[in-house]
Amino acid sequence: MTTMAPGTARDRVGFPQAARMEWIKLRSLRSTWWVLALTVAGAVGIAVAVGVNTEDAAADLTNNALAGISLGLLLVGVLGVLAMTGEHSSGMIRATLAAVPNRPLVLAAKAAVFGAVALAAGEAAAFIAFLAGGAALPAGVPAPTLGQPGVLRAVVLGGAGYCLIGLLGVGLGTIIRHTPAAIAVLVGGVYVLAQLVAGFATWTMPYLPIAIVANSLSVVEPVGVGQVRFLSPWAGLGMLCLYAAATLGAGAFLLARRDA
Amino acid sequence: MIEARGLSKRYGATVAVDSLTFNVRSSMVTGFLGPNGSGKSTTMRLILGLDAPDAGQARIGGRRYRDLRWPLREVGALLEARAFHPGRSARAHLRALAASNAIPRSRVEEVLGLVGLADAAGRRAGTFSLGMAQRLGIAAALLGDPQVLLLDEPVNGLDPEGIRWVRDLLRSLAAEGRTVFVSSHLIGEVARTADHVVVIAGGRLLADTSVAELSARSASLEDAFFELTSGGAGTQATPQEKARTS
Repeated sequence: MTTMAPGTARDRVGFPQAARMEWIKLRSLRSTWWVLALTVAGAVGIAVAVGVNTEDAAADLTNNALAGISLGLLLVGVLGVLAMTGEHSSGMIRATLAAVPNRPLVLAAKAAVFGAVALAAGEAAAFIAFLAGGAALPAGVPAPTLGQPGVLRAVVLGGAGYCLIGLLGVGLGTIIRHTPAAIAVLVGGVYVLAQLVAGFATWTMPYLPIAIVANSLSVVEPVGVGQVRFLSPWAGLGMLCLYAAATLGAGAFLLARRDA
Repeated sequence: MIEARGLSKRYGATVAVDSLTFNVRSSMVTGFLGPNGSGKSTTMRLILGLDAPDAGQARIGGRRYRDLRWPLREVGALLEARAFHPGRSARAHLRALAASNAIPRSRVEEVLGLVGLADAAGRRAGTFSLGMAQRLGIAAALLGDPQVLLLDEPVNGLDPEGIRWVRDLLRSLAAEGRTVFVSSHLIGEVARTADHVVVIAGGRLLADTSVAELSARSASLEDAFFELTSGGAGTQATPQEKARTS
């Protein structure tokens, strides 16, 4: 009936094909673009609000301008959850796995595509928020510049935080499969747990995802609050990568073994 | 050619499929008959590698599904209506599947036209009627122009015109030499469409024979079917379907 495209070098379904499928799936849902636009707008809005209300240059103004990241993270995390749970709730997962039976490959492609999109949106949010927050500072308070020590790193890593929390969401969605439960675990793990731990086991505070994003990645100088020393930016980045990798690894293990 | 060899699957305490062995041959339509919950859908999922059998194996053209190089170009499957994301257009759904198996985009437009969805292709598939959803599922199954087709209840939700269209489609696919395996609980439809029939109940094989031979056993295929399935094997059928859908 029709001629098929010549095979690739491997002549079987591989990562490029799976990634192309995931890219089409991600971009063809309107919710993807709404959530990403809202994420960027939220980060910029909060940066402007914080900037306008700044009175002097005593605080870490870069960190202030990136304050909206902590809140907007949740949106990208939920989008990551939905990237997988949406397949299960709709039955699409069976079409996906019939098309690409290699399940770890499906998850790798989904994580790679989602991670790249979340990184792009996250960096856009971080850079625009940084610039908008600086521009909103009152006269007399000098805006931080990307050339100052640690500032560019704080902005870039702040943007990367979105990507890593988004991947954490993809991993949790793969493990848990049900949308409400996976979102509950994500919100609980990222936000609620932070509140509880802050009261009872303060020593774990530096390892919590939200604390890493707010106090390790997006600061110019690593900070401490009372007894607590937060992780250095790069250690924090490593820790978040570890969380995302652990949930994605567990997800791949379960996806490969469970009935679809 | 599809071969099932001693396929068994249980969900919890419920046996869904019990040592099923049968062949589905090319160049003919093979009906897959059984009461609701008899294990037809489970068998299809096992053939496609979506569920893992507890025992036995299924092969398509001598290979396990997961070893197929370009699965959609070799096997087309319709497992359930609405196996798509409701927020995605029919066209985007098919393009995503086409991309996964390096099938050209022009083929997407071809199958959309073939199933009569060309005008609705840009609409969110969640707004589709059951009949349109079935047509989209059939389009997805035909996407890779496969030699083997597995269709689970393809005429569900179709109007009389749609039912006749599916019947003609399946006959013409078989006439082209393809292997067509189609489940149904509508005996009359199977009698009209299929050449061969595999009958199961309670996950067990009751018959694997030609439609003509089975029909000749009684006044009609329907009578023969009820004689087969009233043997008691079908009585434990429903719980496992519940277990799957919960």
